[in-house]
Amino acid sequence: MSIIEFRGVSRRYDENDAGPPALDDVTLAIEPGEAVAVLGPSGSGKSTLLNLVAGLDRPDSGTVTVAGVDLGGLNEAASARYRRAHIGMIFQFFHLLDDLTVAENVVLPALLAGQQRAEARRRCAALLETLGIDRHAAAYPSKLSGGQRQRVAIARALMNKPAVLLADEPTGALDSASGEDVGKLLTELNAEGQTLVLVTHDESLAARCATRTIRLADGRVQAEAAR
Amino acid sequence: MSGLGRVVRAGAARRRVQTVIIGLATFMAVTSAVLGGSLLVASTGPFDDSFTSQHGAHLSVLLDGTKTAGTPNLAGVTETSGPFPVVVQAPHIDPGGSLPPLTIVGRPQPGTGIDRVSVVEGRWPSGPGEIALAEGAPLGAVMTFPALPGKPSLTVVGRARSTSQTAAAWVLPAAIPALTTPGTTPNTQILYRFGAPTSSTLDEAAAAITATTPPGTLLGSQSWLVLKAAADRNTALFVPFLVAFGLLGLVMAVLSIGGVVAGAAGAATGRIGVLKAIGYTPAQVVRGFLGQALIPAAIGTALGTAAGHAIAIPLLQSTSEVYETAPVAITSWVDVIVAAGALVLVTLTATVAALRAGRLRTVDALSAGRTTSRDRGRTAAVLAARVPLPRPVTLGLGQPFARPGRMAAMLATVVFGTAAVALAVGLGASISVIEKARLHDSAAIAVGPSGPRRQGPSPADGPPLDQVTQAVTAQAGTGAWYGIAEVPSTVAGVPGVVEALGFTADASWAGYEMTAGRWFREPGEGIVPTPLLTASGTKVGGTMTLTINGRSVPIRVVGEVFSTRHDGMQVFTSLGTLLPAQPDLRPSEYRIDLAAGADREAYSAALTTALKPLGLEARPNQAGSSEVLLALNALTGLLTAMLVAIAALGVLNMAVLQTHERVRDLGIHKALGMTPRQAVTVVLSSVLLIGLAGGALGTPAGVALHGVMMPAMGDQAGITLPVAVLDVYEPWLLALLIPGGLAIAILGALLPAGWAARLRTATALRTE
Repeated sequence: MSIIEFRGVSRRYDENDAGPPALDDVTLAIEPGEAVAVLGPSGSGKSTLLNLVAGLDRPDSGTVTVAGVDLGGLNEAASARYRRAHIGMIFQFFHLLDDLTVAENVVLPALLAGQQRAEARRRCAALLETLGIDRHAAAYPSKLSGGQRQRVAIARALMNKPAVLLADEPTGALDSASGEDVGKLLTELNAEGQTLVLVTHDESLAARCATRTIRLADGRVQAEAAR
Repeated sequence: MSGLGRVVRAGAARRRVQTVIIGLATFMAVTSAVLGGSLLVASTGPFDDSFTSQHGAHLSVLLDGTKTAGTPNLAGVTETSGPFPVVVQAPHIDPGGSLPPLTIVGRPQPGTGIDRVSVVEGRWPSGPGEIALAEGAPLGAVMTFPALPGKPSLTVVGRARSTSQTAAAWVLPAAIPALTTPGTTPNTQILYRFGAPTSSTLDEAAAAITATTPPGTLLGSQSWLVLKAAADRNTALFVPFLVAFGLLGLVMAVLSIGGVVAGAAGAATGRIGVLKAIGYTPAQVVRGFLGQALIPAAIGTALGTAAGHAIAIPLLQSTSEVYETAPVAITSWVDVIVAAGALVLVTLTATVAALRAGRLRTVDALSAGRTTSRDRGRTAAVLAARVPLPRPVTLGLGQPFARPGRMAAMLATVVFGTAAVALAVGLGASISVIEKARLHDSAAIAVGPSGPRRQGPSPADGPPLDQVTQAVTAQAGTGAWYGIAEVPSTVAGVPGVVEALGFTADASWAGYEMTAGRWFREPGEGIVPTPLLTASGTKVGGTMTLTINGRSVPIRVVGEVFSTRHDGMQVFTSLGTLLPAQPDLRPSEYRIDLAAGADREAYSAALTTALKPLGLEARPNQAGSSEVLLALNALTGLLTAMLVAIAALGVLNMAVLQTHERVRDLGIHKALGMTPRQAVTVVLSSVLLIGLAGGALGTPAGVALHGVMMPAMGDQAGITLPVAVLDVYEPWLLALLIPGGLAIAILGALLPAGWAARLRTATALRTE
């Protein structure tokens, strides 16, 4: 059974139906453990697709099902609970909370989900160690390099053991060395069974990390290819 | 359109929340300031204002209608009105029963010459079957005069008020003949104004009338100075109360506008950075922000002035009830000063704030727009995170510390708001106690002579006490009761008459408040109000000697009682104290409290039947319910609500700014799984500490201010206030007031909390 399934999904931002839709009758499926790179030029619908998977947006038509949950019927609170349970997100600009330490940023999803502090701290420490940033646990994000910040963001995304890891241009704000480093980390995570959806312009990153690529153009799936 | 104009319009339109808040803050502040200013104006010599606006009579004289045909000429007179025909008749009204005898004056219209009577409700009589009253019956009521031939009836068409107190009711002159007792001639009222209306001028004028008219022509005269002194004494207790509210309104208005506009400028720093980056000069930046603030402020000012008027009209009507003067119109200069003041305040605050932002380096301004200094508030955030509460709560608790200046401003707003509410509630409660104590007539049933109703004790002409006692005690439902006999007396060294009131039993339960000592217990003991104690130089524990019918009556003063009646020139004692000086003294009035479950109407009817042979009548006592108290309660409620709204608006503004700044963080939290309810919790928690601290600081501040103000109010009126007036903050009231700060803070934060809950995550994440 697919972990992500789009059936005839369309999303249009222009309420007057003028102009092309952001997504136009997209049907696709992603299996558990896959690493899929969504490629395409600006305005092709990549971010819309990612937002739909994350439950941050809703389709105008069609159904989006993730981990067996039909996202179309979720209200805001249910969407939030869905994200906590099934989704980890990594952003281009990290989106770390600057007034929280690294450790506080990482444990945040667990605490929002009502997890015990001690248990969340143990999981956080393990993740930071795995990702090689444990010595920065008490530091604030502003003191870290871009690559280190993205590792913190990845640790935070993994905190609640998500079924799907969504990465939106995860190396877009990093220098090439840090970008390669993050790409390698994502590949390792996928190798351990983590489902990964990667939205990027970066063909080389897609080639390194993804087991399959989906190319979007004008809101439609133009091509799909397994690596 | 110039580049600057586009920036101003776009800024106002795009930052809708900020624009609306500036408009709303100005609206509330101007409304509050118009109200506050109007109250201050209305409270500055209310009698003088009313007297001037009505072109009041310096001297009104009542002449015997059978002995004079003209208007006596007097020295120093600048204007006369009259003669007006005057009759005194006791009407009956259904429902309601008998009214006291009314002085009815025949005047063709209210608003000409001297004493331009104000019609406060309804209209002036237009036909012989109509009457306008100062008080006593509602519009539309029909009054009949059973003692007159044909029992003429008049419909009450208006409520009117004369500051010169020239009449209790007015009819057209054509209606007077039907209201005149057969065989008599209506008396004549003449009103005078003088160039120099001093006491001696007026005394000389009255003497001149006596000297130049046949003996007995002058039936009475009334000096405006006597009325003014009485009015000033009556209002002395209320003026500081209303002035305090007026000042609170003005201060809150200034704080509100200043805080909101300065906050808006701070929030616009990033935008100012962008403008500078694309080539705007600092002067253009200031003009741009000024325009952005002035557009909503001007709209808010216009709407606030209109709303201020709409609210001030009934408010000033209530005020005129309190002051017993003609309703005062809103002075136009209050509008002008408030509107100009609000716009100047906006201009100054916006200019200073924009200049500050404009002086920042462009790069700093740009970064300031995106982030707050993350170093600030970190310790608080770390400490908050350790609190064993849900994470959304601890996230919110730490937020305000990132902006210490804003937190201080928000705290000041809540402290001021809570203090204002505590003070307002305390003042309202104190005034309520004062009014009840002033009336000291809380008994359920009043018994007095049958026929026209009379207020308070009347000269000693009642039936034998033992017969009344027998009838009252035999009546089922009788609780505590007492009779009051009154006899005029004098006290050495005190000018004028001192009312000696003899009680048949303990009356301390009827609303009397002691300021010192205790209630009298046995003959020879008495209690005295502050003014008489002061005038006679007597102290509690000392002896005061009354002279009644030429006999000395020594009274040991065992207490000081709060009373403003008869200017406080009263002595309260037992009937037994006064009997040696006047053995036939009998109570003419009685007051009865009912046993539990007794019905006032049924009891009154039954007792009246029993007392009728004695010439007495029982009625449910209305004296304890005061129009003044109702008006003051309405004023307190309205003004307190305004103060709370303004304080909450200040919090709203700052909470909106805080939430806007945190929009990206909010987006991240939501992306990580924060539910809308948790987002609401974060925003509400961010004002939690401020609300609690504000309540904890503001309530004692308000209570302390009350403790300073109330005695000052008493001093101004020359009265020692009872402890009950000062000690109004019951534990339950404090328990309500202290969380009041939290309520104000939560009220202000609700809107941004709702906005945070509805915020679209994807949109928030794009906010960088």
